[in-house]
Amino acid sequence: MKISFKVNGAARELDAPPLQRLLDALRLVLGLTGTKEGCAEGECGACTVLLDGEPVNACLVPVGQCQGREITTVEGLGAAGHLSPLQRCFIDHGGAQCGICTPGVLISAEHLLRRNPDPDDDAIREALAGNLCRCTGYQRIIESVRAAAVLRRADARDVGDPRDVGDARGARDVSHDRQEAP
Amino acid sequence: MATSPPSTHSVGVSVPRTDGTAKVTGSARYIDDLPGMPGEIFGRTLRSTVPRGVLRGIRLDPSFDWSDVTVVEARDIPVNAILMISEEQPVLAEGKILHAYEPVALIACPDRLKLDRAARAITLDIEPLPAILDIDTALAGKDVIWGEDNVFKRYLITKGRGDAEGRAASEAGIDAALAACDVVVSGRYETHHQEQLYIEPQGFVAFWDDAGVHVTGSLQCPYYVHKVLKRALDLSSERVHVTQAVTGGGFGGKEEYPSIIALHAALLARKSRRPVRMIYDRTEDIEATTKRHPAIVEITTGCDRDGTLRALKARILMDGGAYMTLTPVVLSRGTLHAAGAYRWQDAFIESVAVATNTPPNGAFRGFGAPQTIWAIERHMDRIARAIGKDPVALRAQNLLRSGDTTATGQTLGLSVGGHACLEAALAESGYHEKRAAGPAVNGRVARGIGASVFMHGAGFTGSGERMLKGKVAIDLLPGGRLQIRTASTDIGQGTETVFRQIAADAAGIPVTHVDFAVPSTTVVPDSGPTVASRTVMVVGAIVEGASREIAERVLAEQAAGGGSFTEAGDRLLSREREVSCLKVYEPPSFIQWDDTTYKGDAYPCFAWACDIAEVEVDLDTFEVTVKNFWSATDVGKAIHPVMCKGQIEGGTLQAIGWALCEEVVWKEGLIKNPRMTNYIIPTSLDAPPFHTTLIEEPWPYGPGGGAKGIGELPMDGGAPALAAAIEHATGLIADSLPMTPERLHTLARTA
Repeated sequence: MKISFKVNGAARELDAPPLQRLLDALRLVLGLTGTKEGCAEGECGACTVLLDGEPVNACLVPVGQCQGREITTVEGLGAAGHLSPLQRCFIDHGGAQCGICTPGVLISAEHLLRRNPDPDDDAIREALAGNLCRCTGYQRIIESVRAAAVLRRADARDVGDPRDVGDARGARDVSHDRQEAP
Repeated sequence: MATSPPSTHSVGVSVPRTDGTAKVTGSARYIDDLPGMPGEIFGRTLRSTVPRGVLRGIRLDPSFDWSDVTVVEARDIPVNAILMISEEQPVLAEGKILHAYEPVALIACPDRLKLDRAARAITLDIEPLPAILDIDTALAGKDVIWGEDNVFKRYLITKGRGDAEGRAASEAGIDAALAACDVVVSGRYETHHQEQLYIEPQGFVAFWDDAGVHVTGSLQCPYYVHKVLKRALDLSSERVHVTQAVTGGGFGGKEEYPSIIALHAALLARKSRRPVRMIYDRTEDIEATTKRHPAIVEITTGCDRDGTLRALKARILMDGGAYMTLTPVVLSRGTLHAAGAYRWQDAFIESVAVATNTPPNGAFRGFGAPQTIWAIERHMDRIARAIGKDPVALRAQNLLRSGDTTATGQTLGLSVGGHACLEAALAESGYHEKRAAGPAVNGRVARGIGASVFMHGAGFTGSGERMLKGKVAIDLLPGGRLQIRTASTDIGQGTETVFRQIAADAAGIPVTHVDFAVPSTTVVPDSGPTVASRTVMVVGAIVEGASREIAERVLAEQAAGGGSFTEAGDRLLSREREVSCLKVYEPPSFIQWDDTTYKGDAYPCFAWACDIAEVEVDLDTFEVTVKNFWSATDVGKAIHPVMCKGQIEGGTLQAIGWALCEEVVWKEGLIKNPRMTNYIIPTSLDAPPFHTTLIEEPWPYGPGGGAKGIGELPMDGGAPALAAAIEHATGLIADSLPMTPERLHTLARTA
């Protein structure tokens, strides 16, 4: 079956069995391996992507249901040199350790911040409840999302596109636990 | 010196982690992200469905098309043995089956769907036998599955009046010491299996060429895999090439088991003459790979009426599973931590690990210590109850200080931060006020607070590091850069960032001028395994020394010929072509350990911590909510404070999961919940806010100004702190894990 959809803003067309998992279509057919498989039953959230702006587990979505729809994966959030505030903050605040859950966590966090630019910790915990992380204890993930929310609000006030300045601002504004004088 | 390098400092600063960009953009390549190789096929393992039996044969359905399916059986293996401490574990079962999920045959095929059908077209003809499924049955020894008595290993630690010739005299000595005490308290404490549940399942890709066998995979210890492949495939060292892919968590689960997957994939590749990709799905990963050893600990102690501890008698039993694997070392660490962080004049600690017909248990963060620390910390609460003393005051009164000796007779010297941790955590949490106010009951919810204090040995036990001789190489590269070559892997904890920081400061160059070679046995020396809280403290110290040596050569060149550090380095390189330093670890010379008497300096030093948990317990459902968690940890020196706190918080949440919700459910030797849906780990909603304080009591032999190993420590204190908090809230005294609502309900009913 021929399926056309948009992935990270670009029109894509593929010929796939309609019941193929979206996860396999992304990873094996389109080569977008940023979306991970941790459990294959919708439990761990490592394969979270946005489908028409809503987070879904790509391991549970048949690609046949994606005809004409829009998908965002971690590769669509930003690339090296053009990191989004969220990506930058995950690096600076310890939100990523082994990194295998990180793509899914970032997608869920992106969805949260689009709806709620100023979430409290409870809202962040609720939004990430479908993304299992075994490394961090979630504390640094929550702090990363909180810091990104601050940056995004500042960017929204200052300029049009937050991505243009997210990188530099993220690097400058981060308050490390301890900064030594040079 | 006029020509000193630019002054830089990265140690102590939370620099951006160097693998961060790849991980947040999705470009980091974990094993299953590597592009398929030409001709690559998929591998799979066929396993026993019974815990014990006789393997009569393997039957292939003659009506199935086997033309493009490779089948490997035991007879295809050059040496059917997995070389760890012993080598009784076969690569594939031959004749006897000793545990459920034991590998029996391997298959590979280019078509994944056909691979599933092929698996169903193979019948494993196994005649079941009665299985030994628990420690008591194994100890009874009526039926023997390992050695002469099912015992993998025993240890005995004695001190003071426990010191005597022979076990019986030692026991008589400790019994006499106990009899002379004012207050004698006994207890029995149990812990259960725990699955590591790294979010990336295990996997490997293997292929052969003229240079030998190449395996790339998700792993912690490249040279463990190297050793196992070399032995089973009967190859020389230089024909085995092991490379780490970006690894999605390990926690011990990728310490020894990856060797088996690598070997299976390599055997399929050898027979099929094609590259083989073998990635476990979640269920296979949970069923087949190692777990934390269950343990039973019986403790009797004697103390004065005022709480001064005198004598300790402990007996530790651990279930090793069907093969020895790393069990003797796990038992060792558990035994060495059984006395807790306290002073004892007299001690007698004996331990036994036995074989059962369950999948081999193995490395998991803490490595035996969380089991025995659970026991001693719960026992401290029991003593406090018996003498009517505040549990934290009892701990403070007996907590080891510099100058005290441990149960093995080790005199503690520098970097003994227990008291500092205790004071910091008490102050941060408001423990005393909350404790004094009593449990806060609001409707059907009761709130309570509890504490644990503990220490964890950093680095290998005793003379381990002296025998291991870990190595690191550092190369000078053009442009004033350095490259670190080490077998210590980054599995998420931040090794490659922290090593760069240490090397940069030692050489006086910016951290961005240091590269980290992909750990591949072809190019990196054997630094020892990535285990035992040794990476930063031990291997980091080698990195620091090697980096300093290279820098000294560049500085000498600079002094002689002028120019910048970079110019001098480039001059040196053009003249000598290769400027490298291969450095071997030298443990501090004062460390003395006797492996036969189990006396002496068990570890070079200890990291210390105090955990305080605040919980709410629903008095109807017995659901426990962790409201806050404070940890104060003596890390020596935090090389990277953010990642250091991340280790502590992540390890603590694993401890919280072990204590409250994680449970492997067994039925007749099989796992009934091998899925993420029913093996429950904490989510972001279950995790408490963490309040983490870093205490720095520098260890002079650690890198970066005194870093100690802290990887395992945070796994130790969570469970007992939670049990104490639950006890404060409800009066329920839990001595067994996990403290699920069902079990607390049972406790309440029987109380």
